[in-house]
Amino acid sequence: MPKIKIPKSSPSIDMTPMVDLAFLLVTFFMLAASFRPSEPVTVETASSISDKVIPENNIMVTLDTDGKVYFNLTNPEARKEALNNMASLYKVSFNEEQIEKFALMSTFGCTMKELPAYIDLPGDSRKEFKTEGIPLDSLDNQLKNWISYSQMAALNTGKTAYEEAKQKGLAPDADDFKPKFIIRADGKSVYKKAEKVIDVFRELNLNNLNFVTSSEFNPNNPN
Amino acid sequence: MAEIAESGGGGHDKGKKRAKKSSTRVDMTPMVDLAFLLLTFFVLTSTFSKPKVMSLAYPAKIDEPIDKNAPKLNNGITFLLSKDKIFYYTGEFYPADRPGKDGPTKLTETNFSASGLRKVLADLNSYVLLRKEGMVKKVKAKQMADTTYTRELEQLKGKPEALKVLVKTDDKALCKNFIDLIDEVKIAEIGVIAPVPMLPAELKLLETQLKK
Repeated sequence: MPKIKIPKSSPSIDMTPMVDLAFLLVTFFMLAASFRPSEPVTVETASSISDKVIPENNIMVTLDTDGKVYFNLTNPEARKEALNNMASLYKVSFNEEQIEKFALMSTFGCTMKELPAYIDLPGDSRKEFKTEGIPLDSLDNQLKNWISYSQMAALNTGKTAYEEAKQKGLAPDADDFKPKFIIRADGKSVYKKAEKVIDVFRELNLNNLNFVTSSEFNPNNPN
Repeated sequence: MAEIAESGGGGHDKGKKRAKKSSTRVDMTPMVDLAFLLLTFFVLTSTFSKPKVMSLAYPAKIDEPIDKNAPKLNNGITFLLSKDKIFYYTGEFYPADRPGKDGPTKLTETNFSASGLRKVLADLNSYVLLRKEGMVKKVKAKQMADTTYTRELEQLKGKPEALKVLVKTDDKALCKNFIDLIDEVKIAEIGVIAPVPMLPAELKLLETQLKK
């Protein structure tokens, strides 16, 4: 006769599968995550069916609900070059540290005069910086200068990157190294304001523009 | 620990002495804590969907005046945008003091829904859409390569029979309205989209329509 035993359940559970899963997820999120630098403005864009992902190398003009204009250039090297050119044009001097800081910054929206003070602010308080945005009227069209200098700088850095890729034996597409022009307008902003920005681009003969949108369902190819 | 359960019966050599086995289990709780902490952090901070962009080519700015003898636009539609409102007319614009064959241009109101704007555009651009449908069928039946399809669709969009769209905005229209309209235009497979400034006569007509 077998002895009847009361099965004692162990208070410790085998956690291995759970831990496996947890680490799998951690790894996934770590690799998939892309961190966005904090932006001084939050913009809610309209939606479209477009599935074209935002290009890496871009020059972006942001327009918020009040019609304030912000500017961003993605390439850090090109940022430095553009800033130096702008500094000599507007006779504003920046020290080395400020230039380095500027290269790693994201979107900014202030006049050239305010820029040194803006750069010196710690990241979190840049949101509270009181400014009217980048001027773009005909008397003081700083946006136009920013765009044209940034385009030149981005083309220069793009050219060196293209040469490097060529030397490595790759077959690079020259178009990938050219900056793309992007307008990120808040859905609630007035279109006439966006048109002003668009006109600045068009005056510089940059007619192929991209609007940032959030994606929505496409009735043409539902998949 | 309780995991080395005693087997219920024979086959157990009682005479042999066993070396004391130290448990192979490690307390994993701190590690799991950390793993979940990291997991929560990454889940909350990561942003997945990269924003999308919609390209739009604007007409180049030219100084020379527009050629008066240029071919007339006969299968165009002009949209007049105001805040959350949209009107359109087809063909050329005839102001009240210079009426065309069918009298002065009248604006028709529509909306941004699928039954409004999308239907209007689909009806007017049926030339392209019908041919596109035929091509899609061919692609599905493997009678046409999809590269050919893309190329031919582009050619189709540029044909004179395809609908052309002009977009004019007043100073109250929102960016959202504009982008929604361009989006619908792209859904209707229209190749030629031109955002152009509004004529004063059109603005007047739009304002009287808005007051109604």
